Parts: sequence; C-alpha cells; structure tokens
Amino acid sequence: MKHKMQIKLRSTLLAAALALPLAGTAQASEGAALKHVDWSFSGPFGTFDRAQLKRGFQVYKEVCAACHSIKYVSYRNLSEAGGPQFSEAEVKAIAAAGTVTDGPNADGEMFERPAEPKDRIVKPFPNDNAARAANNGALPPDLSLMTKARKNGPDYLYSLLTGYGDAPEGVVLADGMNYNHTFPGQQIAMPAPLSDDQVTYEDGTAASLDQMAQDVTAFLMWTAEPKLEDRHKLGFKVIIFLSILAGLLFATYKRIWKDQH
Amino acid sequence: MSGHTEFQPTSAPAKWLERRLPILSLMHGAAIAFPTPKNLNYWWTFGGILMFCLGVQIITGVILVMHYTPHVDMAFASVEHIMRDVNYGWLIRYIHANGASMFFLAVYIHMFRGLYYGSYKEPRELIWILGMVSYLLMTAAAFFGYVLVWGQMSFWGATVITNLFGAIPLVGDYLLALLWGGFSVDNPTLNRLFSLHYLVPFLIAGVVVLHIWALHVPGNNNPLGIDVKGPQDTVTFHPYYTMKDTFAVVMFMLFFALFVFYAPNMLGEPDNYIEANRLSTPAHIVPEWYLLPFYAILRSIPDKLLGVIAMGVAIFVLFLVPWLDTSKVRSARFRPLYKQFFWIFLIDALILGYIGAKPAEGMYLLAGRIATAYYFAHFFIIMPILGLVETPKPLPESISKPVLGHAASGKAA
Amino acid sequence: MTTGHAEEPTRRDFLYIATGAVAAIGAGALAWPFIHQLNPDASVKALASIEIDLSAITEGAAITVTWRGKPVFIRHRTAAEIAAAGEVKIEELRDPQADSDRVQKPQWLIMVGVCTHLGCVPLGQKGDFGGWFCPCHGSHYDTSGRIRLGPAPNNLAIPEYVFLDDNRVKIG
Repeated sequence: MKHKMQIKLRSTLLAAALALPLAGTAQASEGAALKHVDWSFSGPFGTFDRAQLKRGFQVYKEVCAACHSIKYVSYRNLSEAGGPQFSEAEVKAIAAAGTVTDGPNADGEMFERPAEPKDRIVKPFPNDNAARAANNGALPPDLSLMTKARKNGPDYLYSLLTGYGDAPEGVVLADGMNYNHTFPGQQIAMPAPLSDDQVTYEDGTAASLDQMAQDVTAFLMWTAEPKLEDRHKLGFKVIIFLSILAGLLFATYKRIWKDQH
Repeated sequence: MSGHTEFQPTSAPAKWLERRLPILSLMHGAAIAFPTPKNLNYWWTFGGILMFCLGVQIITGVILVMHYTPHVDMAFASVEHIMRDVNYGWLIRYIHANGASMFFLAVYIHMFRGLYYGSYKEPRELIWILGMVSYLLMTAAAFFGYVLVWGQMSFWGATVITNLFGAIPLVGDYLLALLWGGFSVDNPTLNRLFSLHYLVPFLIAGVVVLHIWALHVPGNNNPLGIDVKGPQDTVTFHPYYTMKDTFAVVMFMLFFALFVFYAPNMLGEPDNYIEANRLSTPAHIVPEWYLLPFYAILRSIPDKLLGVIAMGVAIFVLFLVPWLDTSKVRSARFRPLYKQFFWIFLIDALILGYIGAKPAEGMYLLAGRIATAYYFAHFFIIMPILGLVETPKPLPESISKPVLGHAASGKAA
Repeated sequence: MTTGHAEEPTRRDFLYIATGAVAAIGAGALAWPFIHQLNPDASVKALASIEIDLSAITEGAAITVTWRGKPVFIRHRTAAEIAAAGEVKIEELRDPQADSDRVQKPQWLIMVGVCTHLGCVPLGQKGDFGGWFCPCHGSHYDTSGRIRLGPAPNNLAIPEYVFLDDNRVKIG
C-alpha cells in the first residue's frame, strides 16, 4: 500500500509540477498582486450564497448590462437550483423587462416581443460592431465565462473592479483610457463602473463599492459555473464511494496474494 | 510463454461458440490463465490503467458528439450548451477534458517504466515501437480534440502547429492549403479535425491490440529484468493481476475524480474560455501540458524548419531506443550508472515541460536550449556509451530466487 | 492454496461478495449519467410548454403554432361548427369520442395538427365534413377533428393545455 501511495504521491507531484508552469503563464506587465477574497464558493465544499447571487444579479442588471452581455445564461437559469434561485414569477417579470426579436411572422416580418424565461438573457447590443460603435471602438466582452477566462478569475475580477485609481507620477494615459492597478498594462478602456451606493440593494445590505464588487463577481462565478454546487456534492459522494471500493479491493488483492509472499 | 491454455468449455452454448469462433479460449489464454511474472510492482498496473483511459475517452467522446456542433459559428456555444443544459453534460465534458490529461500522465509513467526496466529490449522491441505508434496517435487525437472547443487557444494553437508544415521546403505552402482546406484555419479545418478526432482513438485501439498480442509472445518483463525460468516464477493473470490492476484503476479513478470534481480547469488554459477570435492573438500560445516538452524543443531552435525537424527527431529518437541502448542488462536496478542518468533524464523532461509554458526569451530560452541539448545527448550519446562502459550489478538467479548467494540457502521460493 | 479452517472460506467469500456488490453498485451509479444525458436537456424542456394569446383570433379564424416540434391548430369555432360537432352520432365514429371530451371551452378547438395515419399535416377547412382534409392519403376530419373518412385510425390528438385566463392558454 505504501508503495502505491508513493506512486500516487509522485504522480500528484508530477501533475502539480506540470500544472505550475501553466499557473505561471504571465502577462507582459502584470499589475499589483491580486487581492484575495475568501469566496463562499471556493474549496471542495464551497457553495454559492443565494442572497449574494441575487445582489450580484442586481448589480449586473443595473450597472453592467448597459454594455456587457451574459449571452450563455437563460432567464430560466435564474430560478434553477444552484443559482440565485429567484421564484418562477420573479423570473417571468425579470424576463418580461427585456425585448427579443422574433419572427418572421405571417407577413414575413421580424417583430419584437417581451422576453420569456426560455430566452437567453437579452444582449445590450445586437452585434460586436454595434457594441464597438457605442464604446469608442472598444468591445465590452461577454461576461458569462469571465471568471474562468482569466487566471484566478474571481480574485482578478474583484481586484479589477476595486483597482481603479489615479495614474501615478510619470504615467501618461492614452486617449480615453483609465488607470487600473490590476488590468494588464494598467490602462483600461472601461471607466470605473462602480461607486459607493450606486445600487440600492433589495435586501438592505450596504452597497459599498467593495460589497458590489464581491457580489457581482460571485454572480459571474455562477454564470460561468452554474453547476458548481452539483459538482461539489457529487464529488463528495464519488470520493467517499471510491475510497470504500479501493479499500475493499485492496483487501481482496491482499487476500488473493497471501500465499505468494 | 504465450497464452497456451487447456481451456475446455463446459456448457453447451460455450462449446457451440468455441467450435466456431474460439474467442473464449482466446480470452482465457490471454487474460485468465496467462502466466505472468509474480514479482511485478505497481508500475506494471499502468497498462491496465491506460486501457481504462482509452475506454473512458471513447465513451465520453461518443456522448459528447451527440450534443456538439462542429461549425465555427456554433462549436463554442455547443460546448457551453453541454456544460449548462445537457443532463450531466458538465460531468461528461470535464471527464473527457481531464481524462485526456490523465491518459497522458499514465502513458508517460508507462513509458518511463519501460525506459527504467528495459522493457524495450530484445525480444520486446516491437512492443515498444507499437507503443510509440499509439503514443503518436494519442498526441494527434489530443491536438485535434483541443481544437474542437474553438476557443482562443484552440484556434491559435491550430494556427501555430499547422503553420509548422509551411516550413517544409517546396511543398510547404501547398501542404498548408491542403491541411487547412482554405487560406487559414477555418470551418473546413474544424470539420476535418472533428472527423479525424473521432477516428484516431479507434486506430489507437487497434494498435493496442497488436501491442498486447506482441507482448503475449515473450510475456511481461519484470522489475528484475531477467527472463522467467518456469512456472515457479509466474502466477496466473487472474485473479492475481486482474484484482491488482482493478485496485490500481480505482486508485487512479480517485486521483482522476479529484481533478474532475474539485479542480476541473486547473490543467487547462483560461484563454480557451474565450471564443476564437482570428483578429486577436493571445499573449502566450501554450499547448496542453502534455505537449510542453516537445513544444520547448521546437522553440529552442531559432530556425523554423530546423525547429520542426528537431521536434520530429525528439519524438523519432524514442522509436530507436531499443537499438540505442547497448546494455545487455535490462533493468536499471542492476545498472547503477544508467539509473542515475535515468533520473537526470526525467528531471530534464520536467524542465523542458516547464520551459514550454514560459515565453521563449531570456533565461527561459537559454535553459530550454540546454535542456534540449541534454535530451538528445541522453539518447544519442549517453545511452549507447553506458551499455559499453557500465559494470552492471550481478543479476539474481531467477525471479523465485531474487536474493543471491548467502541468503539463498535460508530463503525458500 | 491452503485449505484453511472452516471459518476462513466464509470470511474470504464475504469479502469477495462485498467487493463485488460495491463494484456493481458503482457500475450502476456510473452508468446513470451516461443514460440520462440522452433524456431531453434543459433547453429542450424549456420549450416543452408555450403560452398563446388568443385575443387576436376572431371567430371563424385559426392559427397554427409549433409546439414540441409539431404543428398545433388553434381554431376559434363558430356556433355552427360547434353545433355540427355535437350532432354526430358517437357510435358511428371510427374513434368514438364526444366533442365535449375534446374541448375545454367549446369555441376553442386545440389539437395537434398531425394526421394519425402517417403524420402529414392536414389542411384546414377542407374535406367533406367541414373540418380538415389530409392530402397525403385522403383522410377527412370533422369540425371536432375526428376521423370520418379515409385511412387514419384515430382522431387528431388533443394536447395537454390549460387556460390561464380567458385570453391565454398554456399548451404542454
């Protein structure tokens, strides 16, 4: 057993050693070290905080949705288990606030209708060119997967949202750019999106910049990994089961080999 | 030594089948009665683990294809559809993606086992070569599969690797257009790589059959590297090794499960969660970890064509190992010098892997070049010379009598 | 192999049986996701029901909507059509069914527009019975969508539906 453990340990170290280089794929000029938050969803037993996800959705809707889409999320996901878990009635109302182009109708024309839970969350711009045109040529990226599309995604997002400040001595900002400690190159086209009390939270939580940054980041972790809680729950059962099975198989193996050693 | 069996079917249906297609006696000879050295250690379980990995990849892959759309406008979205809407889609996708990494981890351990214990030596050269063929097919399958996600790394990795073929003199450009099906990596490329990605694992399965068939002629090597002398040195494959292999596979599954459930994206690249954009190149184009050593070798040569050739030779040299190693002794246990160079080579391979993920500049480039030079030195210089100059330790009498001389009188078989 | 005491085989067998049982349970649990992934996924199930606004459909008019990939006829029947449907002798029908069993509100006829013969889409307000006519093999349906003539064995199917209010119906 010990030898097998040594092999597994060596394999783990091997895998970790090989994973480290990937963990270290650095950008040209990294900003300040990332701020770290103790997210509720991190770790093997991590779960989402429903209230936080609801607040995060509110921040997205009231602040970010003007420019950023979350096109892989459907309205119905907002009421499914493992997410903010709005009620079905709430989701219908949220959806109905959006407009979807449908058709062609019997006359052959496209028409607009209120969104329904089954629709994807409505995008602020019909296509990338329209998005660029409205944003001085910069394209606000889709945020569905943002926390997985950046190294240390959640900490990176949080650090970016709270990382705005005045450019230090000697740094000249290019036209239309803003200084951000975290963004690679320290110059970002997006102006600081959050400020204290910008949003009035429905659950009464104080909407400080820091709070909103955490909440919207947690929400975006959910949009990127809606199955996170399912994954953790099933993982626990699988690990326990495999451990039991491994134990039984080891005993079987030892029993069979008893006469050989 | 091959699967001779006195298997006689007892039931009527079994007798009917056996007379027409002797598959039962074949399976009995190969997997039940097969005499296997009794001293195999856990490094020998990785063959079974590899078969498990191939099965997992094929099954999860076939299922993923039920939900995937191989078109540039829909591929990325279809993968997200699998992750979000398909029942247990997230599980099947994460098993498949991490399964590829597990597959390569197992194959590297399996190959290093071969290098350490001299499993490639006469009469097992062809087993080694068939294994190398299936390793090559694995790298092809993995490369094709990674492109199918159609993320930034998929697209740009495909662009970089296919552009290598443009380095071939005279026919390079024509070959590129042939591979791409167009003027750049685009929809025709995606579609053909999809088809090939589905095909290659079944080619691997075929080569594996030959690999095991070739193995069953001389039978397994063992940690001592000495031949089996008789039945006292072996046990039947079942139940001794069937159960040991099953235990090993379950331990492997535990390790695998840790990645799938708790770190499913740790071995991957964040950039591949961004849809492919042909107008924006990622800052660092990196292949998956298991291709990094060869990527490092490719980038350490400043000339494009020579870099491609160096990478090719780095892989091809592995085919020549049975002839490059001149030692008459198989197992590194009895080769004190080779053993040390084996570990140095392993460290060199890890260094190459580390370098492969770094930008090809400065200290990284220098280290990569040294490591590349050492890689070739190990095969072309060290391996041939060692066999001629090394004094091996005395080999034991037999597997049943592994302790030589003074203790032999005390310890019975 | 040693013969062992009488006790030993029982302990050994128990271990083997326990291991085999746990492995079998594991295999079953492992198989379930691979089977369940074939079941309709969440995006398909989201389309499992549709809500239709009936206010625009005047008396004597009909619309066709797509539900679960199939056409559904929604017809605002006239009094004459309702009366004709009620007058038919049930026993004479190939697929006996009263009109009242086929509608929740008599003026709204909602049925799956797929001919029960071989699946073509029947044409509305055609045929010998004032209802639908299937051009593929000549099945005639009446004003209640019941088969009256031709090769189709059954009446046009009625989907599951519920009226959310007087002007909205949810199908499925």
